[in-house]
Amino acid sequence: MSEPSMSPTVLPGQERYVDTAHEEIAAIDSVDDSAPPTSMWRDAWQSLRKNPLFIVSAVLIVLILVVALFPDLFTHEDPKYCVLTNAQTGPGPGHWFGFDQQGCDVFARVIHGARASVTVGVVTTLIVMLLGGVIGAFAGFYGGWLDAVLARITDIFFAVPLVLGAIVLLNTFKTSETVWKVILALALFGWTQQARITRGAVLEARNSEFITASTALGASGRYNLLRHALPNALAPIIVNATVSLGTFIVAEATLSYLGIGLPPSIVSWGGDISSAQVLLRVRPQVLFFPAGALAVTVLSFILLGDAVREALDPTSRKR
Amino acid sequence: MGRYIGRRVLQAIPVLLGSTLLIYALVFALPGDPVTAMFGDRPVNPVVANQIRAEYNLDKPFIVQYLLFLKGVFTLNFGNTFSGQPVVNIIATAFPVTIRLAIMAFIIEAVFGILIGTISGLRRGSWFDSVSLVLSLALIAVPTFVFGFVLQFLLGVKLHWLPPTAGASPTFQSLLLPALVLASVSLAYVIRLTRTSVSSNLSADHVRTARAKGLTERRVIGVHVLRNSLIPVVTFLGGDLGALMGGAVVTERIFNVNGIGNALYQAILRGEGTTVVSIVTLLVLIFIISNLVVDLLYAVLDPRIRYV
Repeated sequence: MSEPSMSPTVLPGQERYVDTAHEEIAAIDSVDDSAPPTSMWRDAWQSLRKNPLFIVSAVLIVLILVVALFPDLFTHEDPKYCVLTNAQTGPGPGHWFGFDQQGCDVFARVIHGARASVTVGVVTTLIVMLLGGVIGAFAGFYGGWLDAVLARITDIFFAVPLVLGAIVLLNTFKTSETVWKVILALALFGWTQQARITRGAVLEARNSEFITASTALGASGRYNLLRHALPNALAPIIVNATVSLGTFIVAEATLSYLGIGLPPSIVSWGGDISSAQVLLRVRPQVLFFPAGALAVTVLSFILLGDAVREALDPTSRKR
Repeated sequence: MGRYIGRRVLQAIPVLLGSTLLIYALVFALPGDPVTAMFGDRPVNPVVANQIRAEYNLDKPFIVQYLLFLKGVFTLNFGNTFSGQPVVNIIATAFPVTIRLAIMAFIIEAVFGILIGTISGLRRGSWFDSVSLVLSLALIAVPTFVFGFVLQFLLGVKLHWLPPTAGASPTFQSLLLPALVLASVSLAYVIRLTRTSVSSNLSADHVRTARAKGLTERRVIGVHVLRNSLIPVVTFLGGDLGALMGGAVVTERIFNVNGIGNALYQAILRGEGTTVVSIVTLLVLIFIISNLVVDLLYAVLDPRIRYV
């Protein structure tokens, strides 16, 4: 061996393997037991930390969350205070993005619009994770007639495309002025994918040997489901949730564009894109900024989902 | 095989009934009285209102209304709009346009998606792969309607390459731009799916065996890698044909295509429950049937599925 760097560091419990007199390793079958125990999650975190895509998307998402929570940190303009004489004025000092058709400050509206998109995306995803997770977990774990019934119910909701179903539902709540109707509509037609993925993952876990062993030791079905099957099914659930968060944000913008999503009283990117459509030929920046903000947000969540998938599924890692 | 087909077809029946009931309930059982709305600001004349309710079966219990509607679907009699026009006429004029649009979009996403995805998957890490990866991410992240405005503005208004709107009797050329926009998101998914599938199949055992047997590279890629890789892509594409028709609501509005999406949107704005429920039911039917066909196709492509 020509490598001098193999100088042994004697770890506790390894003393007998190292011949300190000759500074050579006497045995190589030792395990570095001072290293922290490696779980799948720790392993995933280690690979995530080194992934530049993860770092970029995580930083962007944190920034977007801060903007959504504290918009006043970034702008003092009131997004709803619009002066018609400013209408369609180009960018200038203090108003980096210029003004829109109504004379509202575009920068302020982009900043304040983050909250609506992020709320819809995050809350819808949480509801979908819970609803789809519970239905999928029950169907996958208990099987039999329960699985058959739940699978048909999932199929029924799956058969109605997300935006189409949301349009029909929202049409009956036209006068309601809240974000909740959009969240409800998207969650009602968006949980099926999550349910199918959870079902598959729980089913796979249930048929594994450690669950059989656990049952043999006298564990109840509920204990097995909560302590063994679900934690093992968590990885695909999280990956799907991250990716679908972006989808829900796009769907919200689409509904707002169609005029049946968020009410005009709530500042949102989708609504602003829709009203900027008429200005595309004269003032493209009025369309560009909310659309860009939306695209960056969605992209961040998709990239995060990709990075998490790669970290949790070692077989998909690039060699 | 016969048993599998029989089971899949039987399973589709409750789904069909359930989803049409769901849509029907969403439109008619939720609060809001369409008949009262028809009077607008004027006081409701109870005699006229009751007459209208009887005419549209709105005076009957909900489940009877639904069953009558279902009977109408199977006899192609969807009833009339509130202005007296048969819904079938609206569907008959709008539907062929959307079918043309959806088929064009489908061809675009299938041909370009599989082609670009395969090249990317075979040359992972090359500049072609990187460019296609960035482009497909951009297509997913930018909402369809923004992509639509921009293409309409650039190609249609500025450069005059293609007509910016379709209008009453759309030609092949005028539908090209809407089809491209309609296909965009799915195109990105097909590219990503094909790429992952091809690149994971490249390292599969059977491909190594094929190479070891001394087969030409053309045969290894064309038969052993591609045929296997395309199974998940075919599943996605089949399910997407139905989704494309639903997605047409946005695209048809941008490009003023007089298709089913636009008709649906107009019906929603005017509160035409009968039209809304008929069109959505039709779209859901197409979605279920195309998924069923894919499932059966899947069983032909992949023998493992049949015996599960």
